[in-house]
Amino acid sequence: MRQFMIEPLGGTAGWEVAGYNIAFTNSALWMMITTVLLVAFMALGMKRELVPGRWQMMVESFTGFIDNMLEANIGKAGRKYVPYVFSLFMFILFANLLGLMPLGLVGVHPFTFTSHFTVTGILAVMSFSIVLGVGFWKHGLKFFSLFVPHGTPLPMIPFIAFVEFVSFMVRPFSLALRLFVAMMAGHLLLEVLSSFVIGGGNAGFGFSLLVGVPSFILMVGICALELLVAGIQAYVFALLTALYINDAENLH
Amino acid sequence: MPQIAQFAETFSSQLFWLLVFFGFTFFVVGRGMVPRVMETVSLRDKQISDDLAAAQSARHRADEEEAAWRERENANRAAAHELIAKAKADAATRSGLKLAEAQERLDARLAEAEQRIDVARTEAMTEVEAVAADATQDIVLRLAGVEVSRPVATQAVKESLAHG
Repeated sequence: MRQFMIEPLGGTAGWEVAGYNIAFTNSALWMMITTVLLVAFMALGMKRELVPGRWQMMVESFTGFIDNMLEANIGKAGRKYVPYVFSLFMFILFANLLGLMPLGLVGVHPFTFTSHFTVTGILAVMSFSIVLGVGFWKHGLKFFSLFVPHGTPLPMIPFIAFVEFVSFMVRPFSLALRLFVAMMAGHLLLEVLSSFVIGGGNAGFGFSLLVGVPSFILMVGICALELLVAGIQAYVFALLTALYINDAENLH
Repeated sequence: MPQIAQFAETFSSQLFWLLVFFGFTFFVVGRGMVPRVMETVSLRDKQISDDLAAAQSARHRADEEEAAWRERENANRAAAHELIAKAKADAATRSGLKLAEAQERLDARLAEAEQRIDVARTEAMTEVEAVAADATQDIVLRLAGVEVSRPVATQAVKESLAHG
């Protein structure tokens, strides 16, 4: 559990703005590292050559990926959300992957800030606010017709509307919790398995062979799986954001 | 679970720094870099489609030119054929004429030669008759001692010549 602890770094514990503590924690540090790496990644792909190099190709395939996703889900109007969804996707992806880097070998403890529901919650609330803002700005009070699907029989409308409303309001929570849980579960699983490896090793050769080695092999597999999950969760977050924005753009 | 245990004390700091860094990412990466990357991509796509269109039209033009060339070539070939056929016909008529002329000339010379031969033969015949008549007169005079007149001798020679 210690890997999820937030600790203020070097004497910043007392920093405050308007009475709120804004200590520069290890979480904030990894957000900074994520941002720096992301900017560096993008900057290396900004040569804007006609024939792209490897790096430029990589950056362009990421932007093209998000662009296609938004166009497929929202349509032509989706293009204006590319900056936000792209930032969201890349920020989460880099954070997830950074948290999995074996930096412990060089004495650095990676901190996966996406395994904190405060962070995922804030991101989810941001996406949700955009949905609400776009919906009400574009459709005004007609946005509430989102809760009444086409062809609902008249007597059913109150019930359906209620169910739709609940499912709509659950969205930011499901969005936030999905990412947080996936990240945390993966890290916990690796931690538990690694404790088996170490515990088995300490208990003697027989235990090491019986428990430690299989756990270690399992860990290798799960590490690969976690890399996949890191990508998938970032994708899911971006995809769901796109789908929710689609509801606001086009109602249904 | 630290996420819950530390929630109250770290929330403001998490919110603040996330807004700072995600905001930075959004404005610098999302608003600053992504549009330029996408612009590059669309520029490239446009250039590719333009190039393709140019290639297509060039191909069309080449096809048209080839068709025109083919037509011209066919016309030229037909003209050449015609020319050759005409020249052949001309040459045939001319050689026919020449042959006929030569034939005529040959015929004429042949006829003349035959005539000359006839004349020569007739002359020779006459001489032979005269000689024969002389000889007959002479022979009859010596053998029979009869003087035969010239016309009778000639008459006898002619008869015996005609009977072979």
